[in-house]
Amino acid sequence: MFDIERWQEIFDTIRKNKLRTFLTGLSVASGIFILVILLGFGQGMQNGIAAEFKEDAATSLWVWPRRTSLEYNGLNPGRRIQLKNDNFETITTTLNSDFEKASMLYFPRDVQVVYNNDLLVYNVAGTNGDLQTIENEFLTEGRYINETDVRENAKVVVISNKIKREVFADLETPIGEYLTISGAGFRIIGVFGEHGKQENEEERMFIPITTAQLTFNGADNINNMNFMLPELDSFDEMVAENTKFTDQLMRFLKQKHNIAPEDDRAIRIWNPIQEAERYYSLGKGIEIFFWGVGFFTIIAGVVSVSNIMLIVVKERTREIGIRKALGAQPWSIIGMIMHEAIFVTAIAGFTGLIFSMGLLEIVGPHVEVDYVLNPSVNFNVAVSTVLLLIIAGTLAGFFPAWKAVKVQVIEALRDE
Amino acid sequence: MIKIENLHKSYKMGSNSLHVLKGINFSVEEGELVAIMGSSGSGKSTLLNILGMLDGLDEGSYILDGVPIKDLNETKAANYRNKFLGFIFQSFNLINYKNAMENVALPLYYQKVGRKERQDKALKYLEQVGLKDWATHLPSELSGGQKQRVAIARAMAAEPKVLLADEPTGALDSTTSYEVMDLIQKINDEGNTILVVTHEPDIADMCKRIVHLKDGVIVEDKKVKQVRASQYV
Repeated sequence: MFDIERWQEIFDTIRKNKLRTFLTGLSVASGIFILVILLGFGQGMQNGIAAEFKEDAATSLWVWPRRTSLEYNGLNPGRRIQLKNDNFETITTTLNSDFEKASMLYFPRDVQVVYNNDLLVYNVAGTNGDLQTIENEFLTEGRYINETDVRENAKVVVISNKIKREVFADLETPIGEYLTISGAGFRIIGVFGEHGKQENEEERMFIPITTAQLTFNGADNINNMNFMLPELDSFDEMVAENTKFTDQLMRFLKQKHNIAPEDDRAIRIWNPIQEAERYYSLGKGIEIFFWGVGFFTIIAGVVSVSNIMLIVVKERTREIGIRKALGAQPWSIIGMIMHEAIFVTAIAGFTGLIFSMGLLEIVGPHVEVDYVLNPSVNFNVAVSTVLLLIIAGTLAGFFPAWKAVKVQVIEALRDE
Repeated sequence: MIKIENLHKSYKMGSNSLHVLKGINFSVEEGELVAIMGSSGSGKSTLLNILGMLDGLDEGSYILDGVPIKDLNETKAANYRNKFLGFIFQSFNLINYKNAMENVALPLYYQKVGRKERQDKALKYLEQVGLKDWATHLPSELSGGQKQRVAIARAMAAEPKVLLADEPTGALDSTTSYEVMDLIQKINDEGNTILVVTHEPDIADMCKRIVHLKDGVIVEDKKVKQVRASQYV
């Protein structure tokens, strides 16, 4: 490897065979270029599809009450069910299921929101901090409602990006401003946003649930409970866990509120995992598809690099014979050919890699096509691919070189 | 220098076996210039391949400069070729992307001679064959006779014990052939042992001894009065 004479011999060969070297290098470099771009767009498509489906957290479920539809225990059908704080507490403390997040929502009625003497038409909801994760909201500024706010009935409010845009466009930041909600001053502490195109969910502002119940005479009423279950390794496990939790929840609430066990209309549970199921299988399918595309592209790369090496060695059969006649050891010939091959493919391969990764890096973030988002390629994957192609090229060069060295000199010299 | 006893060689052609050399006894002293003649199929190329360690023998013994040549693996054969033998081919077999000097220097590369020394030696041998001014020319820029002279310089560069020439004039016109033979004779005059395979009687007559092969056996082995090629040049 560090034999200077060998290097000189190789550089001689490369310099004197510029066209051959250039063509070999070009095909290897372009092969890797195409491969990396393809892998990048595969990733981009996966990102894009993931982004399209990235709305509410997939393992969340929403619970809200309706009216009973069946008579039960002497109670008439059509009775309105009201969820209470202690329902939520019982579920969170005693129901035997480990969920990651739990939140409740209270929607006060007839609320007036005023800012600078303008009446604003947005909904107000009381909640706690976990809602952010369950609704999959992101923060653009400030902070979300936290436990201290809930405990201390803090008069704070988190507004949406849309509200910020529509009401506070003149201000650098709405944080610290006060909104008057039904006569009480609420300080803005944060701005949230919704992923995707769910702008309608940005019509809301959130205040601590305790503050909401207290300020708007809500007593201990709640309108909504939300739970998020942990993500499990397999989707089937997740569905099973979800079903088990839903059943327990239903049984408990029906018992608590005197609802007929077979009355399915009194309590509604929205369970997006069914929708998620489609997303998951789609995501899996797409992942498999792009692994397939990547795999076959690599195979194609391996085949073409191998092909080039085969031709290069074939072309040198006569030279190998001459060198042998002059007393070259078989291994020195194989070593020389391999050395040159590895050198050329490595240089060309990494050139292709740098160009393609540069292109992805520059163009990638600006791609604005549906279902393609930030095409990029994992550096390790790309480097491994290049190494794989180099190894493949080397192996592909080795066997014909081995064969050429084994050929009788006389026959090699006859090879025109 | 060369001693061959009871040499047999056959090739397998499918299920048949072709007996090419059928018991050759033959020896060459140092400083001889031997022509090996015979029609095609007589086994002369096979004999040269075996002498050149490019092919193995089936039976018999081969001693080169006191070293028994047997049980050769590729590496050993390569070593012996490099140390003992210089080859001159009918079709010159120069490496086409290397210039004259680099071609001549190539056997020295395999003797692990340093780059500078290789170049000096290569130039020296090119001068001997009268091509010093052509050192930087590629084979494609040389005439046939010049190519063969470069090939001879290359064979000489390794300072071998024996030069093996396989139809060295086969691809050349007669004037150029005589020039090449003149060169070979001069190299022989300096005491080098040379074997020339040829089917041209006038070329054979320029050697000191002619060995006739026919159907795998030596039918005639005679010393001749050497015709100097210089008189035709």
